[in-house]
Amino acid sequence: MMLDIQNLSVTFFTRQQPLHVVSDLSLQIKAGEVVGIVGESGSGKSMTAHALMGLIHRATARVEGKALFGDVDLLSLSRRELREYQGKELSIIFQEPMTSLNPTMRIGKQVEEALRLHTGLGRRERRNKALAAMALAGLPHPEELYPVYPHQLSGGMRQRVMIASALVLRPRLLIADEPTTALDVTIQAQILDTLKEINRREGTAILFISHDLAVIRALCSRVVVMREGKIVEAGEADQVFYHPKEEYTKLLISSRPTRNKGKEDSAIG
Amino acid sequence: MAKSVLKRALLLVVTLLLITVLAFIAFQIIPGDPTDSILGLEANEAQITSLRAQLGLDLPPWQRYWSWLSAFVTGDFGHSYSYSMPVTELLASRVGVTFTLATMAFVLIVVISIPLGILSARYEGGIVDRAATTLTQLSMSIPNFILGIGLYYVFSLLLRWFRPEYVPPSQGLGAHLWYMIVPALAAALPKSAMATKLLRGSILGEMGQDYIRTAYSKGNSKSSALWHHVLRNAMIPVVTFLAMALADIAAASIVVERVFGLPGLGQMLITSINNRDYPVVQAIVVLVAVIVVSCNFLADLLYRAMDPRIEGR
Amino acid sequence: MKKRNWYLTVGGFLTLTMVAYILVGVFWTPYNPSAINGADRYAPPSFLHPFGCDHLGRDIFSRTLEGASSTLTIAVAVLAVGFIFGLIIGALCGYYGGSADALIMRLCDTVTAFPSILLALVVIAIIGRGKYNIIAALGVLFIPSFSRLVRGEFLKQRDRDYVKSAKLMGVSNLRIIFIHILPNTWPVLLSGLTIGFNNAVLSEASMSYLGIGVSPSEPSLGYMLSDAQSVLFNAPWYTAFPALVVILLILGVGLIGEGIRSQMGVAS
Repeated sequence: MMLDIQNLSVTFFTRQQPLHVVSDLSLQIKAGEVVGIVGESGSGKSMTAHALMGLIHRATARVEGKALFGDVDLLSLSRRELREYQGKELSIIFQEPMTSLNPTMRIGKQVEEALRLHTGLGRRERRNKALAAMALAGLPHPEELYPVYPHQLSGGMRQRVMIASALVLRPRLLIADEPTTALDVTIQAQILDTLKEINRREGTAILFISHDLAVIRALCSRVVVMREGKIVEAGEADQVFYHPKEEYTKLLISSRPTRNKGKEDSAIG
Repeated sequence: MAKSVLKRALLLVVTLLLITVLAFIAFQIIPGDPTDSILGLEANEAQITSLRAQLGLDLPPWQRYWSWLSAFVTGDFGHSYSYSMPVTELLASRVGVTFTLATMAFVLIVVISIPLGILSARYEGGIVDRAATTLTQLSMSIPNFILGIGLYYVFSLLLRWFRPEYVPPSQGLGAHLWYMIVPALAAALPKSAMATKLLRGSILGEMGQDYIRTAYSKGNSKSSALWHHVLRNAMIPVVTFLAMALADIAAASIVVERVFGLPGLGQMLITSINNRDYPVVQAIVVLVAVIVVSCNFLADLLYRAMDPRIEGR
Repeated sequence: MKKRNWYLTVGGFLTLTMVAYILVGVFWTPYNPSAINGADRYAPPSFLHPFGCDHLGRDIFSRTLEGASSTLTIAVAVLAVGFIFGLIIGALCGYYGGSADALIMRLCDTVTAFPSILLALVVIAIIGRGKYNIIAALGVLFIPSFSRLVRGEFLKQRDRDYVKSAKLMGVSNLRIIFIHILPNTWPVLLSGLTIGFNNAVLSEASMSYLGIGVSPSEPSLGYMLSDAQSVLFNAPWYTAFPALVVILLILGVGLIGEGIRSQMGVAS
């Protein structure tokens, strides 16, 4: 087992009463596996991802439980120790490709940042590895894109830059937090293909988070359905989609707008 | 990029021309004839007529404007009424002190506000932050001249770290510069406070942006995220502010020169206003205007250079 | 939550105190501010003269009362001129837009780039000293910055739904500008007014200090400070009290402005 999440809880301190955004969540991810978390907005799926990445401000929320990465519990690490894992062993890409990149830093520098932080590689080697990661993420002509600024790229291209910078050190786990939600449907499909390809070629495990069942089904072998911070149902993707046990899952599946079905299916191809 | 810079430069020239026209008109509508202030009230008709011809006052306005402007551009600012010497010479003997004062004040603003702004943002709510916020609020409420008098009282009269009278450069450059520290501080402190506040707010604003979350997810520490990501973005408004602050330093210099008895352009301006020595007033005003407008132009260029997003406009 | 109250409380308290102090001065001063008394030359602060006496033995407390009320009057008048014209110009520019707006704003930008005190000095050089000339000079120079502020707010409000629906209902433009939009811009305008007030006080005091402010016969904190400087070492109270009055006047209003801004959650 590569990642073993045991009884994860995230509680925000608020003025009135503690807010449980994730409660008692357990989930396993094997090396090279693609696992999906699906749920409505506010179901706690993004918070799960942020908790794993150590992106929840410790002064504003309490994170409990265990997240065994190999034999290290990510949640019990100090900030300094955790930094050794962030961007190296596990990476994340976000929903907003428009704002997730630094507007005044060249693309190439952002892609190779993890190399600067985690390795002692020289400028030229960093550049070569960055270019390779950009090619892997499906960016055409990496050489030309290297010195470009984010605002000169489209949303889809920016998301590929995010993917490249997340993968530059070939982490064992990539967390994709609604990576295609902000994109056009056609671009969405291309990005999904790229992620699939990366999973196949590099063996990178992916924890894919989305509110969109079709996207999850296209990519994931296993699915977890979340609602109000708790797991409602978990299992093999096909089983959850075609033989859901829980009413909520059935509701989610049936409430999918049908007019998009054809588009998505063809896009998933 | 080059095209937009060219456009800005063109606008700069137009603005400068507009300012010279306004300055020219302003000093044309002054009640009273300049001959009065030169010859006194007892002068006879013939003297006045010949002087008017000599000064070119009998020509139509646009011709006078043109000859004034063309002389101005070549560095001939006319003749002072009260000192009976060329304005250019008069100003040349005064410009050094003001330049030193303004330069030192600007350096002080940068040296004070940037570290303080970074520190108070990095350790938000900490001791440095709270002290800086209080001092900022306070020093923004003190006019430059009162600040100058206060600093003079404490450092020159009570502590005697500085000499109580102006030390000209002829008594040694080191001693001169040492003396200038307090005047420069008096001119700089309120602006430093504003710049500190601006930088602090700007950094905190950037710290909450999505791209900082990305930076953390790659393994940046807070300090590393600050240096590598936040600072450049946060500095953009501050650099613009600093370039614009030069104009306010010019204004503060007028008052501070008076407080410390510095023989600079500011004192010259006040004396000339009192003496109704309009060529001098006009020359100083136009010079300051040129500096202000140029600073704005510079601020604009810097802004463009620092923020790649506005390249195309 | 705690912080914003603090700003408003302290600022409001300071300002009310200053206004009360000045109002008292309008009706009553302990001594005639211009009564010369040779025996009290440079008398240090005492029970009889809480702020001490100046080089002519005049009571400094009485003189600051008079000077502060003059400064306050000038500042308020300057704000009134700048704000009323700025409101009209800014509202029309922001609401209607177009090339007239672009031209006027370009002009405003050019004027606001200059420190107001410098331009005021030039205007005074041309039209001469005196209370009303100061008000005219500073007031006119404040118009561009207020216009800019008001215009910015109107531009933000112009495309809101409530304005659109008012238009659809056939409400006249002027009514939309002053009855519908204006009340929504108050917080920002109020914060702008506090900044303007402080600039007015600062400019008037500085100009009078330079001897290019109100005419020398009028009472003025700036003149007092100018006189006091030559005896700074021997009679520091002569400098300290007028300076304190200026600072408190600015600080109080400045804190109120800060309080308004933090309450609205906008930067200055």
